[in-house]
Amino acid sequence: MVKKFFERFYVGLIILFLYAPIIILILLSFNSSKSRAKWGGFTLRWYRELFKNESIMNALYTTLIIAVLSALIATIIGTAAAIAINSMKKTPRTIMIAITNIPMLNADIVTGISLMLLFVALKFTLGFTSVLISHITFNIPYVILSVMPKLKQLNPHTYEAALDLGATPLYAFFKVILPDIFPGVLTGFFLAFTMSLDDFVITHFTKGPQINTLSTKIYTEVRKGIKPEIYALSTLMFVTVLLLLIIINRKNDKNANKNTIISKI
Amino acid sequence: MTDNKLINLVNITKSYGDNVVLDDLNLYIRENEFVTLLGPSGCGKTTTLRIIGGFETPDKGQVIFEGKDITKVPPNERQVNTVFQKYALFNHMTIAENIAFGLKIKKKSKAYIQDKIKYALKLVNLDGFENRMPDSLSGGQQQRIAIARAIVNEPKVLLLDEPLGALDLKLRQDMQYELIRLKNELGITFVYVTHDQEEALTMSDTIVVMNQGYIQQIGTPEEIYNEPKNAFVADFIGESNILPGIMVEDKLVNIFGVNFVCVDTGFGKNKPVDVVIRPEDIDLVKPEEGIIKGVVTSLIFKGVHYEMEVHACDHDWLVHSTDLFPVGTEVGIWVDPFDIQIMNKPESEDEEAVEVEL
Repeated sequence: MVKKFFERFYVGLIILFLYAPIIILILLSFNSSKSRAKWGGFTLRWYRELFKNESIMNALYTTLIIAVLSALIATIIGTAAAIAINSMKKTPRTIMIAITNIPMLNADIVTGISLMLLFVALKFTLGFTSVLISHITFNIPYVILSVMPKLKQLNPHTYEAALDLGATPLYAFFKVILPDIFPGVLTGFFLAFTMSLDDFVITHFTKGPQINTLSTKIYTEVRKGIKPEIYALSTLMFVTVLLLLIIINRKNDKNANKNTIISKI
Repeated sequence: MTDNKLINLVNITKSYGDNVVLDDLNLYIRENEFVTLLGPSGCGKTTTLRIIGGFETPDKGQVIFEGKDITKVPPNERQVNTVFQKYALFNHMTIAENIAFGLKIKKKSKAYIQDKIKYALKLVNLDGFENRMPDSLSGGQQQRIAIARAIVNEPKVLLLDEPLGALDLKLRQDMQYELIRLKNELGITFVYVTHDQEEALTMSDTIVVMNQGYIQQIGTPEEIYNEPKNAFVADFIGESNILPGIMVEDKLVNIFGVNFVCVDTGFGKNKPVDVVIRPEDIDLVKPEEGIIKGVVTSLIFKGVHYEMEVHACDHDWLVHSTDLFPVGTEVGIWVDPFDIQIMNKPESEDEEAVEVEL
């Protein structure tokens, strides 16, 4: 009993430690008093003002467009890359996987500055396109990471079986390979989408003066002094990312469950 | 089986890097024949099958199908279908969808496809499995579906790559009879790859024994078993005593200094040879009645027979017999002249791997 109590207490403590700052943020976004020190009653005013603020809404629009486009393009490129890497011989495959993993481990600031330097060197105007290209770049490894395990599970003969039955290589890919690896592809897409939504550092270095995503917008606003709208905006971003992660995890769990049930039969 | 050459492999050479898998291989397969490519792993049997299926392109040589060169034709345009080792069913499709896969590509009518699915499932004894998913089937059932999926396309040739390898012994034996029945009902050519000599002997019209990229012997199961061309074939097909001998003259061979009467001729005089004697062909008799004398050194009960080792002439002879001789018994070894198989001794490694024509 005592042991169980301490176990729960400890877990509770960890969760509190992890989420206390965010809980405070969420509480403040509903606080009608502008002061951070006292509670002035519940209000949705900051959310209303947030949606009336045109520059923030523009940033939201940019963020979503970049997130969707970069995730989509990265998913296509990443899936193709994963298939190619998977069909390589052992040594080149290991090397390629390591190379594609490095950008994920690399500090964002290094990636951001190098991309910026590259765009400047190529005399590429910083703006929407440069941010989109940067996001595609750092998203591809996440897609490869989530598609690879699915490809490894694939029976190498399934593709050949499809060809054997008269399918063209393209038909075989869409009818046989893609449905089998689709859970991985979808996870990759959501992961890429979340990463893009989440990114500040790389966007900051590659965006130029013309556009803002939500995170860079928040950063500029904060420098002018924190307005409660920002709490509301941050809360919304947190909830969105949380929901996406829940979707990804639930989906993975379902697949795992399905597999265990099948193996029991 | 007719004499029509359906598939003809001409001078096929294939290597991966420095590893030569097939070296100038020639083989033809007749219409309606059950051919088994038999050999240890790495002998080139699967590569040969994959070249016929179109999954590998030979470095040199031609694949002729019904008189036409199909060496460069991709697998989806060949009139052959393959049953893969690990079934390779499409897991996200129902059994019916799996079987219909090839027919849909060929744009057959719905009614035709339905008929074919029913017919194929009946043929493999899995009526009513249309709406099941592959994952819910046992290994043996999945393999039957893989066969059904291949044969609905009415291929001229069915290629089978160790299809029973993943099944347990009892099921494997059942499936062997099933495959023979299928072949007879369908009347098409089967090319079967296995490393299991028993499977090969049970099912084949013709066995092609392969080793290190060379064909060692082509023949009927009886020919391969009773008259192996060299020590490799003798050793690979069943258990055997392979003994060094000297052909004294026609119909007389000297083994360990003792003359044995045999039936082989044409080896010349005093020529070193390899002698094969099958363990079941050795008769254990009273010491004075045998050609040579020996002592039983080990005895194992194998079910249908006893497996014994007899030490004679400084050699351990493997003997299978339904009669029991306890360890330590002095026995005589007697072999019928007809049961002694003489083979040319390989003079070098290369010669052992020399290809033989049918």
